[in-house]
Amino acid sequence: MLVFRYDKSFEGLLTAIFDAYTRRTFPEQLIGPGEPLPMFASELFDVLTDTQKAERVWRGLGKKLRREGCNLLTHVWLSETAGCDDLLLRYIRKVFDSSGDVSTDFADRDILEARNIALKVSREAEHLRQFVRFRKAADGTFYAPVSPIYNALPLAIPYFRDRFADQRWLIYDLKRQYGYYYDGQKAREIAFADGETPPGDELTEEQMDADERQFQTLWKAYFDSMAIQERINPQLQRRQMPRRFWKYLPEFNF
Amino acid sequence: MKEGVLEKLKILAESAKYDVSCASSGTTRRHKEGMVGSASGWGICHSFTSDGRCISLLKIMLTNYCIYDCAYCINRRSNDIRRAIFTPAELIELTIEFYRRNYIEGLFLSSGVVRNPDYTMERMVHVAKELRTTHRFNGYIHLKSIPGASQELVHEAGLYADRMSVNIEIPTEENLRRLAPEKDYKSVYQPMRYIQQGVLESAEERKRFRHAPRFAPAGQSTQMIVGATEETDRQILELSSSLYQRPSMKRVYYSGFIPVNSYDKRLPALKQVPLVRENRLYQADWLMRFYGFRADEIVDDAYPQLDLEIDPKLAWALRHPEVFPVDLNRADYEQILRVPGIGVKSAALIVATRRHSRITASTLKKMGVVMKKAQYFITCGELSIQTVNEVSPEHIRRLLVPRRKEKTGSPDQLSLLFPE
Ligand code: SF4
Repeated sequence: MLVFRYDKSFEGLLTAIFDAYTRRTFPEQLIGPGEPLPMFASELFDVLTDTQKAERVWRGLGKKLRREGCNLLTHVWLSETAGCDDLLLRYIRKVFDSSGDVSTDFADRDILEARNIALKVSREAEHLRQFVRFRKAADGTFYAPVSPIYNALPLAIPYFRDRFADQRWLIYDLKRQYGYYYDGQKAREIAFADGETPPGDELTEEQMDADERQFQTLWKAYFDSMAIQERINPQLQRRQMPRRFWKYLPEFNF
Repeated sequence: MKEGVLEKLKILAESAKYDVSCASSGTTRRHKEGMVGSASGWGICHSFTSDGRCISLLKIMLTNYCIYDCAYCINRRSNDIRRAIFTPAELIELTIEFYRRNYIEGLFLSSGVVRNPDYTMERMVHVAKELRTTHRFNGYIHLKSIPGASQELVHEAGLYADRMSVNIEIPTEENLRRLAPEKDYKSVYQPMRYIQQGVLESAEERKRFRHAPRFAPAGQSTQMIVGATEETDRQILELSSSLYQRPSMKRVYYSGFIPVNSYDKRLPALKQVPLVRENRLYQADWLMRFYGFRADEIVDDAYPQLDLEIDPKLAWALRHPEVFPVDLNRADYEQILRVPGIGVKSAALIVATRRHSRITASTLKKMGVVMKKAQYFITCGELSIQTVNEVSPEHIRRLLVPRRKEKTGSPDQLSLLFPE
């Protein structure tokens, strides 16, 4: 069995696909650096990530798929689910090897599965748009901690950039330890180096703007007042606002 | 922010919460330089109350003082409740500060009637205007028009609001007048017409001048209270259906009657809020808007009330076994949509897939089709022995009626999402 080893980046995956087509041999499995070789591996090929190769593959995909098709691929990648790279490899092969548009053949297991995973990731991105809560810091920056199950933050950034274009903000993924900082002009990806203190679940009292607590209190009071006692239905509430988001919502934790 | 705002917020949120419409959809507006915010087009729910309703907008009253005495309303003048009035500045600050924290999509402003309809409407318009002009607020604004307000004021409101609404509340005029002696259908339909005129005129103008002002770009909505009076679901849905014929009418909301004034003997003494009925009405409404059903297919002389045990699409299918089974490899999209257990998304997947491959039962489940229901109404290549024509509708009904949960009795089937 042929195995490709790559650096577990999206560009690396696209490079692997480029290499597979040049070599005319396709791996049965992809592994990352440091991962053990599968027992029945007979050959190992090391992929060297190459931006130009990756771009050629991506452009090729752009020609065969419409924009939604390419979006679907990034969504699947951002799911970070086990085996999503193998799935993408099979998916992309099917796209290149067919003359027509296979991306709507949902009788194909890989096509349907990719669609279902992408749907879950886009739901998570929507949850971020819904449940991100900014806290205002003393220096005027608005800070929001998140920890989505899929790596959906990049998908939600355009919404935040557009809506909160006239305020500085930082949204930080505590699970993956990276985030986006918007300085009033541009949003850029940031991570904190070793030795720096990354932001946490909450701003400390010193970091917080003097009025911040007050607006959280007002919001919580509003939230509580809106509930209609005669209709209480916590199951319905939880179904629409999963528990895992509650810890960052001032309406629950104050 | 001044003392007292917290108390006002509590009082005026309490007073506003029974107005069900929460949606902030219908307008897409990108950020503009020098302005605060955007409108997202599909309406984002930023939180859910412990009753499971969406919080999208800061739904609040300017004041809950009211000179009217509507029997179904918590704010009627004869109630001895705490009253408050927001100043425009307080309301504007709340809206903007909540918005900047991503708590809300914008503001939904309503009000009790103080002095007279125009006086009240003028104050509401003032808040919207200040938000848009002085404070450059680019988020969503929903203004509830006061019944009886003048055309000029409605017209001005439409220049600042994304959506406007006038609530019908009671599905027949006779009952409206009985319960809300100061109101009649004219006071409701007149402002509705003004809004519609504004929307249509602005659309005309904008064809000629691209920069002509937009008027309530997300159209209008209305609400009916369900179960306060004896109207049947048929009367309600026929009214909704005729409202949807109007070009600017985007949403009709249904609100299960909550006996907030149990002392008023004109109103029924309900033990429970009719939540299941409300949910069925939303499903029926959904069928009319997205599934191509007419009101008279859902309810008619023989069946004037919606079935509370099963959803209206299944109920329709069981009354029309002759339409089934639908052959998923051949039937039109419209026919497929009528199959219980198949929703808009899975119907689209089926139609897309058919161009490549045959549909088989095994893929349907992964496509999101609820096979438990759909199996009796479809064929897809394989022999289907168990369709509604072999098994009787009565039997299928028995199989599909959810068994009641003994313990809780809580309607956990309940969801505003359409169960397909
Ligand atoms: S006019 Fe409005 S606020 Fe006043 S009593 Fe009637 S429904 Fe309530």
